[in-house]
Parts: sequence; C-alpha cells; structure tokens
Amino acid sequence: MRRRGFLGASVAAAGAWRLPAAAQRFQPAQDIRPMIEAITGGATPESGGIQVELPQIAENGNSVPLRVRVDSPMTPADHVRAIHVLAERNPRPRVAVFHFGPASGRAEITTRVRLAGTQVVTVIAELTDRRFRVARTEVLVTSAACLDESL
Amino acid sequence: MLGRLQVPATVRKGEVFEVRVLVQHPMETGFRRDMNGATVPVNVVDRIACRIAGREVFSAELGTGIAANPYLVFTAVAEASGTVEVDWSDDRGEKGTASAVLNVV
Repeated sequence: MRRRGFLGASVAAAGAWRLPAAAQRFQPAQDIRPMIEAITGGATPESGGIQVELPQIAENGNSVPLRVRVDSPMTPADHVRAIHVLAERNPRPRVAVFHFGPASGRAEITTRVRLAGTQVVTVIAELTDRRFRVARTEVLVTSAACLDESL
Repeated sequence: MLGRLQVPATVRKGEVFEVRVLVQHPMETGFRRDMNGATVPVNVVDRIACRIAGREVFSAELGTGIAANPYLVFTAVAEASGTVEVDWSDDRGEKGTASAVLNVV
C-alpha cells in the first residue's frame, strides 16, 4: 500500500515536472486583438488589396518564406506606410514592422519568418489617411520553431 | 557584422528595382538552451534601414519571429545614380552596414 502510494506520488511529481515543457510544446493561440487595435487605433480594417504568399505546408517552422504585396499607387498622397506581421501562436506574436514611402515604388516585402506551430498569420497594412487592410493566412507547420532546444 | 546587399547592375530612370539584403546574425530567441542547460540570451537585429543618396526608402523593426540570418527583399524607385546603403543594429548596439553602387541609365 505504501509502495503503491509512493509510486503514485512519484509519477505525479514527474508529471508536474514535465508540465512546463509540454505547455511550451502546445503554445496556445494568443488573443492578438489588442495588438491589432493598438496598430489601427480602433479603426476597422478592410479586407482585400493584400496578397500574402506563405506555403500551405511549411516543413520547418524555423524558416518559412513570406512575401507580402499591397496594392497601392505609392504616390506621396496615397501610399502604404507600414506592413505589420503578427503570428498569434508565436511566444512573441509581433514578428516585424516594415516601413515604406513613395520612394519605395511598391509596397512589397519578402523575408523568412519563424513560426511556432500551425497557425493563422495576420498581416496588417497601414495606408495614408489612416486606412488599414488586413489579411489572414493559415499555415500548417510540421516541425515548429523553438521546440528543439538542443539546436 | 557581416551582410550582403544586391542591386541590379543597371536600372532605367523611374524603374522600380529590387534590393536584396542578407545579414549574418543568429537571431537568438531567448528560448534556446546551450549544452549546459543555460538559457541563451535574446540577441536579434531589431532595426534595419535602407538609404539611397542619403534618403531613406525603407526601414524595418524586426523581432525574434524573423529567421536566423535575416533576408529581406524590398523595392525602390531609381531616380539618380548613387550609393545604396543599408545599415542595421542589434539589441546589444552592434552595428553593421553594406553598400552598393546604383547605375541609373
């Protein structure tokens, strides 16, 4: 009886010790709405006018190619001022902010991002006259970033 | 810090051309551990900017969500021949710069 009790307790202790790693493994999607609101200042973003190219299935979350293009004439009066990239299941959802001006020619950026698991990537474009556009793209990540601690 | 910058050999006036930048940097997230189990501290390139003939055409604020060895492709309008300069800095104040000559024909 006492042996059984001890075994049970040790299994429970081992389970508790493992919990933080497991919790990290299944990073829940965070509520990024406050972040979106901080960017837009409460304005409702329009949909459309943004092309986000992300692979449907990313084999390695440590380096996922991302390309964003926003339709805009890029004139001093009407251009894209910034593109914000948010990944809701990353431990730090704010991936990057890219700033443009009329001298940029096109509101276009290509880079490589880290994704901690399958998730929806939100891209927000900030236009002149305080208008916003939003695009949400789902990516399936088979091997997520920040899991393999030995790497 | 090392980095590479590529622009087309020649561009026509008014043309929109691509600028490609590759920075050599580990972009440490702060979630990784070394062989002794100690946390590797965060170390990322957090700011990068591109200037053509002294005028800023593009800038970015990066975070731990950008893959190691940040690679960025963006565009600019060719107005006059000059130098394309890209400079970046990480959260420890380390700076790097790369430049290329732009020939507008």
